[in-house]
Amino acid sequence: MLEIRNLHAAIDGNEILKGINLTVKKGEIHAIMGPNGSGKSTLAKVLAGHPQYEVTKGEVIYEGRNLLELAPDERAREGVFMAFQYPIEVPGVSNAQFLRLAYNEKQKHLGKEELDPLEFKDLLKEKAKVVEMDSSFMTRSVNEGFSGGEKKRNEILQMAVLEPKLAVLDETDSGLDIDALRVVAGGVNKLLTPDNAIIVVTHYQRLLNYIVPHYVHVLAGGRIAREGGKELALELESKGYDWITTPAKDAVGSANLNAAN
Amino acid sequence: MRELSPTVPWLELVRASAMDRFEQLGFPTVKDENWKYTNLAPLAKQSFVPASRGDKVSIDPARFVYPETKNAHLVVVNGFFSEELSDKTGLENVVAVDLLTAVSDARYNKVARAYLARNAGYHNNGLAALNTAFLQSGLFLLVPKNVKVDAPIQVTFVTDGETASFPRLLVVSEEHSSATLIESFVSTGEQQYFTNAIAEVIVKEGARLEHYRMQRESEKAFHTSLTSAELGRNGSYDTTSINLGGRLSRHDISVVMDNEGAECWVDGLYLAGGDQHTDTHSVIDHQQPHCNSHQLYKGILDGNARAVFNGKIFVREGAQKTDAMQTNKNLLLSPQARVDTKPQLEIYADDVKCAHGAAVGQIDQEELFYLQARGINPELARSLLTYGFAEEVIEKIKIDSIKSQLDEFVLRQLNTQLE
Repeated sequence: MLEIRNLHAAIDGNEILKGINLTVKKGEIHAIMGPNGSGKSTLAKVLAGHPQYEVTKGEVIYEGRNLLELAPDERAREGVFMAFQYPIEVPGVSNAQFLRLAYNEKQKHLGKEELDPLEFKDLLKEKAKVVEMDSSFMTRSVNEGFSGGEKKRNEILQMAVLEPKLAVLDETDSGLDIDALRVVAGGVNKLLTPDNAIIVVTHYQRLLNYIVPHYVHVLAGGRIAREGGKELALELESKGYDWITTPAKDAVGSANLNAAN
Repeated sequence: MRELSPTVPWLELVRASAMDRFEQLGFPTVKDENWKYTNLAPLAKQSFVPASRGDKVSIDPARFVYPETKNAHLVVVNGFFSEELSDKTGLENVVAVDLLTAVSDARYNKVARAYLARNAGYHNNGLAALNTAFLQSGLFLLVPKNVKVDAPIQVTFVTDGETASFPRLLVVSEEHSSATLIESFVSTGEQQYFTNAIAEVIVKEGARLEHYRMQRESEKAFHTSLTSAELGRNGSYDTTSINLGGRLSRHDISVVMDNEGAECWVDGLYLAGGDQHTDTHSVIDHQQPHCNSHQLYKGILDGNARAVFNGKIFVREGAQKTDAMQTNKNLLLSPQARVDTKPQLEIYADDVKCAHGAAVGQIDQEELFYLQARGINPELARSLLTYGFAEEVIEKIKIDSIKSQLDEFVLRQLNTQLE
């Protein structure tokens, strides 16, 4: 579904990603971990098409297409979704209006039926259950006055409505208490199907107790330094990131699952 | 021949004195600090025929009525109050008469003469002098003591023809009364004309007035206006000014709190595009202790439009425990649009809480990216964010039909539909 080859990306002339290789297949959950400044959020933003990041080298193939050629909104309509670390407030536009707009833009793009407000309300009601969201959030302005936890839940609600093929969760666990974390993670798990894939970007192992990854990739200095299964995350939890200071000698090519042993 | 107004010697004196002042002062020029960014020269070059009583209006002003007003609709045509076009059946105990009647009728003349041309002084203000010099009609609204009116009262100032008109409104909210007023400036067509309006507002002890001002003049019109309010002890004045129309519009709003415990909200929204120029000058004057003022003005500018916001807050000596908050935010949608904003605080008391701020910005790139990342195309995303920017002011409005009219207006300007 997704193949990242030797990806280099820079912001304001500073190279942050220095050769990322990653392959994600349908039905898989990948965790991207790493210390602050390692480039994990940059990777998420580059995949979503943030205009501030410049791809200087490499390629990203998504569903057989060059993802980097698509504008952010086109990527979204093609099924790429990023849950933001800091979701933006959109005053004056209700959550329901916003979600319907986004939903219909996608339906239109796929040549599928658009929903009127009433039909959409029914759909939204179902989707809201995924993240245990109260219907009062639907009439409120997007993220306006939401707590940190409510914003993150709202991100997962958007994911539930838009049904992406590839979801990138950028530090979705940051600022969440344990109950909210459980709800958000539970929502994500419900959304995983054999046909989609999820990339979880996180600093801490905590989230991965709930969203159990098939693969863990550890970034350091803009490269993948270690790769492994879910046990790698546990190892990081006990040892910290310090022992991974230098990138793996050969991070190019397929993941070396023994690297962590 | 225009019909002569009945003579009221007191008023004749005021008018003559105002004419005298106007002859000396003339129109303000850019040399005047308060008019630095707004040039009235194009107006001064025009010659408009002053409107007269009995000017016909080519379309039924009923179309301008906000449904919430429920039979309390006063119509002023080219500055002249029209009993015939007004609906006073829903006014309850509120008095609404021609200003000329008010200054002569024994029931109202004491109040009317006490307040007319008192706060909207014409001695140093050329435009106020001009309005007063042409004071031949207008509307007097009196909300008597303890009277509480739920439904809003609407005053529609409609301009028909290429004239100069001088609408005048005097509102007296007596002790412990409560009312909502909508002032609406509209025209019957897209003609060029000049409106020079004054509204004087007196809010007495314990009274409450909610005051909306909708300026939707024609796109070619010149609109200059002054709203001058004075608040009594524990008086509450909540005003929202919406400026949408006019090729050149200028609104001066002044709120004087010279009694303790008064509170005001002086909010506004201006939207300008094309070659429009819109200017708001606001003065909030804290003269006594324990008064609060809140101000939020937002502007959205597109095309070659230009806006000016100048907001002064005075906290006079002895006005302790003042709480004053002022914010002006502007959104520029095009590289040619421009705004000059100047919030000013002058504080002469030491135990006060005051804050002010101004911002001029463009659509936030992070916000835009967020919407795009949800599949919304950039053009629609920009519209939604612009709409959201205006909503902070719009959502405060308590009259639904004004709210939806504004929502519609904003979205139409942005070529967007939202259900």
